[in-house]
Amino acid sequence: MGKRELICIGCPMGCPVTVEMNGDEIVSVSGNTCPRGDAYARKEVTNPTRIVTSTVKVEGSCVEMVSVKTKEDIPKDKIFDCVRALKGLTVKAPVRIGDVILADAAGTGVDVVATRNAWPSCHKEAECQQAVDGS
Amino acid sequence: MKTYDIVIIGGGPAGLAAAVSAKRSGTDSILILERDKELGGILNQCIHNGFGLHTFREELTGPEYAGRFIEQVEELQIEYKLHTMVMDISSDKIVTAMNSTDGLFEIKAGAVILAMGCRERSRGALNIPGYRPAGIFSAGTAQRLVNMEGCLPGRKVVILGSGDIGLIMARRMTLEGAQVQVVAELMPYSGGLKRNIVQCLDDYAIPLKLSHTVVEIRGKERVEGITLAQVDETGRPIPGTEEEYECDTLLLSVGLIPENELSSGMGVALSRVTSGPVVNESLETNIEGVFACGNVLHVHDLVDFVSEEAAAAGRNAARYVQSTDDASRGGGPLVEIRAVDGVRYTVPSGINVERMEDMQTVRFRVGGVYKNCFVSVYLDEERIQHRKRPVMAPGEMESIKLKKEELLKYPDLKVITVKLEEG
Ligand SMILES: Cc1cc2nc3c(=O)[nH]c(=O)nc-3n(C[C@H](O)[C@H](O)[C@H](O)COP(=O)(O)OP(=O)(O)OC[C@H]3O[C@@H](n4cnc5c(N)ncnc54)[C@H](O)[C@@H]3O)c2cc1C
Ligand code: SF4
Repeated sequence: MGKRELICIGCPMGCPVTVEMNGDEIVSVSGNTCPRGDAYARKEVTNPTRIVTSTVKVEGSCVEMVSVKTKEDIPKDKIFDCVRALKGLTVKAPVRIGDVILADAAGTGVDVVATRNAWPSCHKEAECQQAVDGS
Repeated sequence: MKTYDIVIIGGGPAGLAAAVSAKRSGTDSILILERDKELGGILNQCIHNGFGLHTFREELTGPEYAGRFIEQVEELQIEYKLHTMVMDISSDKIVTAMNSTDGLFEIKAGAVILAMGCRERSRGALNIPGYRPAGIFSAGTAQRLVNMEGCLPGRKVVILGSGDIGLIMARRMTLEGAQVQVVAELMPYSGGLKRNIVQCLDDYAIPLKLSHTVVEIRGKERVEGITLAQVDETGRPIPGTEEEYECDTLLLSVGLIPENELSSGMGVALSRVTSGPVVNESLETNIEGVFACGNVLHVHDLVDFVSEEAAAAGRNAARYVQSTDDASRGGGPLVEIRAVDGVRYTVPSGINVERMEDMQTVRFRVGGVYKNCFVSVYLDEERIQHRKRPVMAPGEMESIKLKKEELLKYPDLKVITVKLEEG
């Protein structure tokens, strides 16, 4: 029988939760103070997922980078594949929050979307240009 | 000289939320001054998710969270100036600022809202003799370099301090291909959120060494390695516990402090505990009509609370400029809020009961890790709240609520005490 030791992130208590496993089957969950800890632990040992965030280069804007995220959480073991797929990617301004930057990232079926706007030049074009000239 | 009813210094989440709420409270003449090239403050570099669970009931990234407030500012047509550095504020609320379009200019403000945020504690916090080679960055600077400028400051990294920014950067640099060897924390507990320890360190098998510090930095031009040692209860390194690490980069995540040069310059009284202004229930400083909110007031770990607090400051500033009678402006008796027995400070630290809103939030932090404790509130000698908390830690901001209705029943009230009590 296998054992997994986790820390529940459901609340600041941070209960140490132990999951007893028989192969892929969960035999028992213990250590949690409330049901949320049980649910968290079951998901963590069977199908752990995360939202992944990163940045990609943007051309033709006064910002260098556009921040991005996976639209939904993806399997934890796909995190590095997802980040790798984004490496070297360059997008062109304008980009708006929610625009798809990379469809079906690393075969997860989940899109990577922009989390900030990048206008062709700055929002306040004149001011921005002045600041660039001024410096 | 131009005149505005409310001038807001800083266009981060605090400034934005204050502006939106002041406008919704009926004040139209509002100006936000921001030194950066865009609104949003520090959130623009916080690309990770986890923001806004309280405010929007969904998990947003920093830029998305800021984006929601920027949209509201645009919709409400609130005026703002970017690339504009505020240089000075006088005690009679004349704001001196500078940008390349207008040069040096002055604005007369009816009310001022301070929302300048905080800065990171610097290397001075690192008490190590010897050289200061390149390759030592604050975690926030590294965050800016990686997330805004797209460059990785190093490949082999050690992080000193387990504050949230350090934890977030441990993951970020790992994903960008750096090797983060260890996070060392001087205290016996982490100052970061549990969620960040699990998702930023445990997920990537990055060890966290509590009660450890950096005792030596090697390398002349560039960092080549560091030595960690365990510390005793007084924070002194224990001989014989040294461990060497090879690295080209040392990130410091050793805390934030409110940015209050402007505030102290204008004569705002600062708290010795928070380094931010001392404020009353309206989040108004000792100078009438000067309000503070967000990280300039006290360092927050959750932006949701920043927005909430700033909205209150905005409402109060609007009420201030709209009212003409002295009772609702400044003055009036202030009931002191005393923070004792494990409670380090409270914001606000005094309440004018007549002027307070129906429900007043009082935020505070505790000084250590406490298990199965009670948070108690006393009105003079009488205990009116006694709430059990399974666990409290310095890293998480706490709050209690006070009802106006209840306080009004004590016309001779002198002191409100907030403290921790054993079970
Ligand atoms: C590096 C770093 C990382 C953080 N990461 C997180 C996180 O992951 N999650 C989280 O919830 N919180 C995080 N925080 C806390 C975060 O700061 C708050 O959640 C929130 O951003 C605070 O808002 P604010 O408006 O008070 O400050 P800020 O966001 O810092 O905004 C202050 C603004 O004032 C402007 N300003 C300052 N001085 C002047 C001047 N003299 N003239 C004109 N403008 C001026 C600045 O340019 C800035 O835009 C982080 C803080 C820092 C420093
Ligand atoms: S098990 Fe319940 S009490 Fe314990 S950390 Fe998780 S959510 Fe909190």
